[in-house]
Amino acid sequence: MREVVIAGVGQIAVREHWETSLRDLAYQSIKKAVSDAGTDSVDALYIGNMLAGELSGQEHLGALISDYCGFDGIEAVRIEAAAASGGAALRQGAMSVACGLNDCVVVTGVEQMTDVLQDKVTAGLSLALDTEYELASGISLAALFAILTRRYVHEGCCSPEDLALFCVNAQKNAVGNDYAMFRREITVDTIMRSPMAADPIHVLECPPVCDGSASVVLLPAEKADLEAPVKITGSAVATGTIGVNNRPDPLVFESVRDSTEKALRMAGKTREDVDFYELHDLFPVVAALSLEASGFAKKGEGALMARNGDIALEGKIPITTMGGCKARGNPVGACGIYQAAEAVLQLRQQAGKNQLPCEVGMIQCMGGTAATTITHILEV
Amino acid sequence: MLTEIVLGDDMKPNQHTGIVGYGVYIPRYRISGCEIARVWGQDAGSVPVQEKSVPGPDEDAITIGIEAAQNALKRAQVPPEKIAAVWAGSESKPYAVKPSSSIIAEAIGATPHVEAADWEFACKAGTEAMQACFALVGSGMGLYALALGIDTAQGRPADPLEYTAAAGGAAFLIGKGEESLAVLEASHSYASDTPDFFRRESNRYPVHGSRFTGEPAYFHHVVQAASELMEDIGRTPEDYQYVVFHQPNTKFPLTAAKILKFPPEKVKPGLIAPYIGNTYSGCSVLGLAATLDIASPGDRILCVSYGSGAGSDAFSFIVTDLIEERRMRAPHVSVYIERRKAVDYAVYLKYTKALVMR
Amino acid sequence: MYGGNCCHNNNSHIGGVNLEISRNWRLRNQRYRLVGTECGCGHRSFPPRRICPTCRENPQNPVQFSGTGTVYSYSTLYEAPEGFEQFIPYTVALIDLDEGPMISAQLTDVDPEDVAIGMRVEMVTRKLKEQGESGLIVYGYKFRPIVGCYP
Repeated sequence: MREVVIAGVGQIAVREHWETSLRDLAYQSIKKAVSDAGTDSVDALYIGNMLAGELSGQEHLGALISDYCGFDGIEAVRIEAAAASGGAALRQGAMSVACGLNDCVVVTGVEQMTDVLQDKVTAGLSLALDTEYELASGISLAALFAILTRRYVHEGCCSPEDLALFCVNAQKNAVGNDYAMFRREITVDTIMRSPMAADPIHVLECPPVCDGSASVVLLPAEKADLEAPVKITGSAVATGTIGVNNRPDPLVFESVRDSTEKALRMAGKTREDVDFYELHDLFPVVAALSLEASGFAKKGEGALMARNGDIALEGKIPITTMGGCKARGNPVGACGIYQAAEAVLQLRQQAGKNQLPCEVGMIQCMGGTAATTITHILEV
Repeated sequence: MLTEIVLGDDMKPNQHTGIVGYGVYIPRYRISGCEIARVWGQDAGSVPVQEKSVPGPDEDAITIGIEAAQNALKRAQVPPEKIAAVWAGSESKPYAVKPSSSIIAEAIGATPHVEAADWEFACKAGTEAMQACFALVGSGMGLYALALGIDTAQGRPADPLEYTAAAGGAAFLIGKGEESLAVLEASHSYASDTPDFFRRESNRYPVHGSRFTGEPAYFHHVVQAASELMEDIGRTPEDYQYVVFHQPNTKFPLTAAKILKFPPEKVKPGLIAPYIGNTYSGCSVLGLAATLDIASPGDRILCVSYGSGAGSDAFSFIVTDLIEERRMRAPHVSVYIERRKAVDYAVYLKYTKALVMR
Repeated sequence: MYGGNCCHNNNSHIGGVNLEISRNWRLRNQRYRLVGTECGCGHRSFPPRRICPTCRENPQNPVQFSGTGTVYSYSTLYEAPEGFEQFIPYTVALIDLDEGPMISAQLTDVDPEDVAIGMRVEMVTRKLKEQGESGLIVYGYKFRPIVGCYP
């Protein structure tokens, strides 16, 4: 297998893009990434997207977007794994470069969610669940994470305020990210005073409904003319039961554990080597349980890392360094690519005010209630 | 006890039949007569019932029927696949076309070798189904047959019926006399074309003839059915420990009892309309179930339904020794009556889907 | 819920509502009677499975669960997915069934403030949703606090 590098990245600001179409969102980030990579011939385009069919009534994004970008005749397909779609597309792109089938691959994540009303978005996001046995009972994705949140607190793992600290950290980090949606600090008190979205999750603990697109350009290391290229050294997907109810312990994200271990093993790294961890902070409890399942915290102690400041930029294992889902925003299928772009900026020492001293980053996105988790290790 | 049955000229099967199991369901929500009176500026002192039951947002006649049927099976402990017929009587069918009975039969596990059908005769659809069940079992065509009276009744806002139109139901599993907790002594049905209350197909709420619903309609049919039955089998009110009448309000059944010379204390165990309102097809059968909840072996019960349009079914039952054990196996009527949460008129509108959501 | 305004290849449409008649019909044993599967090794599953998650054996035998259980955790929703607006606020829960599997379901006949982890519940069959004024009424399991037999 050939070593794969991320030669270019492009992001557009996560916003409510009322004036921009789905294809134009993708075009804008692809243009930036291709320009950043300084390449002019693209062999293939992989698109991470979850909801275009449901919310935009548009499938077949491969042809739609490659056509709009002027990539005449190339291989172009959409990859779907719910909110892990971006990570899944990144892995497909990396595999196709690694095996030698393609040289220059663009991977883009794109999602447009603001064209429809909230109840439709809630239903759409819940398509990541088992629709016949979860959504059919009126159970949304947020509801299941709320159930896990209540149980997590019930088992004495932390207080609700501890969980809110994940949001405080995310919004603080987003201040330094031009592409983030919520670029202002927030307090625990403000979060706890906001209304309930799915009890006990407050509205201000939820990621915003938003639009966005991010892209990366992948090349084989041997053809990348870069001084300090960011390499993809680990890539792993793990799945768990589609229903969180069918796991021995719903508070253990086995797919996070398994994909983390596989990715680290592939990269030849240990947890101690990882300088930052872009996890999928869909809700605070997901951050806490991800820290536990990935081995950065003991079981039941994930939220303590927020209380102790371990997750801050200057902490032991910084997470959501550019704002994460909570504050950068959560354009679902694009999340994995935003994470990749953000990690590349960190590793290139281009992260501005949020710059960490770092050489190895771990990015991780999750579909449904951790039914799919995709982890990548990036390093310089 | 079975030998006591006197064969006469009236409606009775030529084999002993009876009630093998019974079960009820009443929704949890209540709205008081005072609350309805408040909204319409009426005198709260003259409401026809204290409270009426209100179906929750996820309830309809079918869900009511499923729980009542399951309770009847718990009491009878009969395998559902042995049920030959599931006959559901209702005037609030969730589907205008598509049987409620097949959904109930599926839910209780009685499908597929079963006769399923819906019955309609205003408030006596439940006892009408019961008559047919006695006939089916009595003829030997089936071992068991399930009759349901189930409704989520609708009253036009501000109409007097709004105070009473309620939700609930009961299911009776009919089987052979020797397996019964109450055997059928005889029955009598009485019907005429008397349009005291009706609803045209496309209308949401029924129309009623106000005071015409009383004397020529309710009282005439109830009294005729009851007195003809007693006369045919040589019984008098003294032979009955309990009597149950259809209960459109608190007053009518007590007046009917008075006309037929039953003392009020024989009516009261089965008089539940003051607490839950008029559950239409579920009404007289819920009253019968409440009476079975407290009756003793050997007691004789007269049950008389009434359906507008109009007709009455009267049944004479004798309670057997099997009552004691079986009634303990499923929730009593009083359990459902006491399981209550009062709602105000706004929530009542929300639950009965009177609000425009889209 | 499953579909929407856009076209799906399903039975038919009325007023933009995707009826999914056959899909709902197929699920009647699970929805009405909690029919799951039981493996020779003793592991029980809901929803039904082809392969036992414990011993990987196949086939699995159908089994009807009695429907009593205990609330593992719960949440009350104030924002519902499309099609459930009329039920807001409503409570959903993960329930440990007495016979083994955990199930995700809606609670009914209980006020949100009265729900607690560890609460005993039983299955009832209720309306899950209605496909508009003209479509199918979908019935299925929900759970409520256990109702006793006598006062």
